Amino acid sequence: MKKKLRVKRSKHIDETYKISFKFNGKLYYGFKGDTLASALLANDIHLVGRSFKYHRPRGIMTAGSEEPNAIVQLHNNSAWTEPNVRATEVEIYEGLEASSQNCWPSVNFDVGGINNFLSPLLPAGFYYKTFMWPASFWKKYEYFIRKSAGLGKSPTKADPDIYEHRYIHCDVLVIGAGISGIISAKTAAKNGFKTLLVDEKPYLGGSTIYQNSEYFKINNQNSGSWLEKEINEIKKIENLEIKTRTSVAAYHGYNYLLARENLTDHLPIERRKNKTRHKLLKIRAKKVVTATGSIERPLIFDNNDRPGILLSSAIKKYADLFGVACGEKNILFTNNDSAYETAISLIQKGINVGAIVDNREKVDSKLIYEVEKNNVKIFKGHTIVNTYGYKRINKISIMQLSKDGQNVIGSKIDLSCDCLGISGGWTPAVHLFTQSGGKLKFRDEDQVFIPNIYPSDQISVGACNGDLTLDSILVNVPKSLKDFLNIKNNVYENFDVLSSHNNFKRNIWLLPSNKVLGKTKSFVDYQNDATAKDIKLALREGFKSIEHVKRYTTTGMGTDQGKLGNMHALGIISETSEAKMGELGTTTFRPPYTPLTFGTIVGRNVGEYFDAYRKTPIHEWHVKNRAKFENVGQWKRAWYYPKNNENMFQAVQRESKAARESAGILDASTLGKIDIQGTDASEFLNRVYTNAWSKLQIGKCRYGLMLNEDGMVYDDGVTTRLGENHYLMTTTTGGAANVLGKLEDYLQTEWPELDVYLTSVTDHLATISVCGPNSKKIISEIFPSLDLSDKNFPHMSFKKTKIGKIHCRIMRISFTGEQSYEINVQANFGKSVWEKCMEVGKNYNITPYGTETMHLLRAEKGFIIVGQDTDATMTPIDLQMDWIVSKKKYDFIGKRSLYRSDTIREDRKQLVGLLTDNPNEILEEGSQIVSDINKSPIEMLGHVTSSYFSPNLKKSIALGVVKGGKNMLGQKLIIPMENKKINVTVTDPVFLDKENKRLNA
Amino acid sequence: MFLINCPFCGEREQSEFKAGGEAHIVRPKQPTELSDDEWAEYLFMRKNIKGIQYERWNHIHGCRKWFNIVRDTSNDEIKAVYKMGEKPPI
Ligand SMILES: [Zn+2]
Repeated sequence: MKKKLRVKRSKHIDETYKISFKFNGKLYYGFKGDTLASALLANDIHLVGRSFKYHRPRGIMTAGSEEPNAIVQLHNNSAWTEPNVRATEVEIYEGLEASSQNCWPSVNFDVGGINNFLSPLLPAGFYYKTFMWPASFWKKYEYFIRKSAGLGKSPTKADPDIYEHRYIHCDVLVIGAGISGIISAKTAAKNGFKTLLVDEKPYLGGSTIYQNSEYFKINNQNSGSWLEKEINEIKKIENLEIKTRTSVAAYHGYNYLLARENLTDHLPIERRKNKTRHKLLKIRAKKVVTATGSIERPLIFDNNDRPGILLSSAIKKYADLFGVACGEKNILFTNNDSAYETAISLIQKGINVGAIVDNREKVDSKLIYEVEKNNVKIFKGHTIVNTYGYKRINKISIMQLSKDGQNVIGSKIDLSCDCLGISGGWTPAVHLFTQSGGKLKFRDEDQVFIPNIYPSDQISVGACNGDLTLDSILVNVPKSLKDFLNIKNNVYENFDVLSSHNNFKRNIWLLPSNKVLGKTKSFVDYQNDATAKDIKLALREGFKSIEHVKRYTTTGMGTDQGKLGNMHALGIISETSEAKMGELGTTTFRPPYTPLTFGTIVGRNVGEYFDAYRKTPIHEWHVKNRAKFENVGQWKRAWYYPKNNENMFQAVQRESKAARESAGILDASTLGKIDIQGTDASEFLNRVYTNAWSKLQIGKCRYGLMLNEDGMVYDDGVTTRLGENHYLMTTTTGGAANVLGKLEDYLQTEWPELDVYLTSVTDHLATISVCGPNSKKIISEIFPSLDLSDKNFPHMSFKKTKIGKIHCRIMRISFTGEQSYEINVQANFGKSVWEKCMEVGKNYNITPYGTETMHLLRAEKGFIIVGQDTDATMTPIDLQMDWIVSKKKYDFIGKRSLYRSDTIREDRKQLVGLLTDNPNEILEEGSQIVSDINKSPIEMLGHVTSSYFSPNLKKSIALGVVKGGKNMLGQKLIIPMENKKINVTVTDPVFLDKENKRLNA
Repeated sequence: MFLINCPFCGEREQSEFKAGGEAHIVRPKQPTELSDDEWAEYLFMRKNIKGIQYERWNHIHGCRKWFNIVRDTSNDEIKAVYKMGEKPPI
């Protein structure tokens, strides 16, 4: 027989607006306003998932973001799929498809359920101990464990949605729009503060908005109606911005907060197109009011996790807000007055309340008298000792508690039910407060942690500050706001409050049972299946710190971060180890408060906007001529230019040969360029480079090596003296920004007395390098008036000239070992000058070459590339570049480090050339180099840093770093590969033209 | 994320700045006179205090100026900001 569970009209539910949705493939109906959880409950579905470890059937437990069990996957197998979504937060829409996720093959028949019977094998520390299983045992189960464990499936298709980031600056941010938040927002806004009010739910008013009881009144109206009027009023305030469906994910220092505003998740998928799904709000607030309320605690007893067991407050919310009865025969189990509020709400709506089990002996409470009037049986001083029903609760057993609450006495009474509400009192939601760095204190009388020391300009108000009753909220919130905002007049004065709560709570962290502990399954963390027994086991095994117990038992480590059970875990530790709660400390809550999808974090930085990239002024030409590009830092650099069907190897061989036989042309615009001016420019270069600069003549160029203070090579490049007090420094492409930063650092902090000015001109100039035996002819045709004779324009010098009206700086410098000219022009003329070179060079088969050929050509000459042949452990001496280190200069950056005990060791890794015995064998860059393959362990002498097949030498060449390599010339070494070993000989790193004849050929 | 009061530009987000380690470590004027140990002290040894720490920061995405701050590392409170070459105000 179909149960009638939709009980009474609620303002929140639009019964004229029917919505169909699918759960686990089956079609159901709900109404506008329903969450997935409320709609499922209205369809009498409690079983929605399986627990993580034991795969026990689990039902909806809460009505909010703290939900540990009802975790579902939306729109499985589509691009819109999303795992780990709380059914209690999903607003239903037409076409919604949700499925249980932690079960296989189905929620009703789950293979992993066997873990429940194997549970003695799966104790605390299961995941750690797993690795100690015999390997054969592990292999057998791995397949099934992998298949049946895990939390949802990550999407395999690209995220179709749009995400954005937005910065918000406000005077006052109020987090949470319950009664305390509404009061705070109105007070702040009415006093002129630019205020932002956010709440994770789609509606305002928190749990008060559906409070419709004669026992809770404000100024003679029931509290729900009073608050509704307040909400309508604050919506009109101009300097108050209100955002619903907006969950604060993180609270960082200096009142910097991240919140996710959810804009389309409640809409049918076809209506989300071209709309922003989430906005990540980056909020900087002068002041923050946290009004995040409180979360009801469960009670810890044997089998407290069956479907049909909910928090008492959730049952109330489903009835009051959604008009849904969670069961036809409800029993409530409590240690405080809250369950009676639920009972009164249910009775009002004609929902059966079978009994209330209250662990308190004697309580004087108006709420209890009201419930008793309705002939509900109340078992005082009792506790539940067990529950029954595999996929849905159907019975509980209760027993009387001893006076001290440590034991049960008398005989068992069985009560049948289809729904059990549990209430263990309330835990202030201090998550965001602690994220911000706030320190908590423990309040003994009701066993709660409340904010104590604030690290920034902020305040917690209402339930999250420990004011858990209506009267205390209405007295304390306006008062603390007055001080916090430093205002003269309160917006609210003298409430007339009726609050019928009796605050007495009988707190027993782990309720006693008639069974021994080892035989009970009393869940503390529902999502990760951590029981009281596990926590006690961890303590027996010697874990003392709460952080260790947490990791060992996995308590609080689920996607819900243990919002329900962390306090009980602490309580049980405290009782067992006889340590005071306040002294145990708490575990740290980490952002995000509820999970964020990656799209929200990334925002618009996807696809081509993922990272900025830089193009040279000649980029379009390279694209047109079908260059392949490589990323160098943020630069897109032409890598090689394949012709016809050439592969990379073939293209590079052709380009390399052409550059040495006739002419090559390279776009070198990405090289870092720093303009250095000032009367102390020469002295400055003397201090930053290893060689001497004072005597460099105007119009000459010099290669320099820059070290860190630790003596390791940092950057290199050619610097040209343009004038008496004017230099142009070039740096490596990748190092440009860092070099400029480092030079600025020294100028500003160590040598402020130097008159030197640095300007980055990398983007201002295009640099075109023409090299090869015919380069001089090409340059002379382009610049007919320029005297290119070796006497007038020798290697390592510079000339100023013009093409038409375009000013050019030409440097005769070479990174290839060929005669070569670098033309620097204003960036916007770069492409036309390049095209001019191509046109003139046609007769000489001028061949554009990319970075790969550049690397090959310089390797033939044994020139290093900083960052490829060096890492942060190579000194100039290690590189066999002693010639560039000035012996005469008193000081330069890194000099003193070149004769530290470590840097003068003979057995440091040193740069050498490597030639393979087989000239056609090309080494893999990064391969290890060894000498003795039979030794165990094999001693690693170094590795290959650069390796190419040289078309000009017609053999394979490589550079590498080898321990003591300098003194190993001619020695045989071995490169061990996966299925072979390659024999190599150590050589000088310069393979071609050792005498530098080609520079002036 | 901190708000840092650049002495040249005013209050800006931390993301505009780069941290540069401990402040007031002076590069020795005569490195060649130093023993290995003395040079290593300058080169490698840095304080990591829970409490008041003097730090160098660079407004890298702003005026590119280096300056010093006094920060309480236990709660990240910036107690003072001052220019290079100036004495720490506290
Ligand atoms: Zn600045």
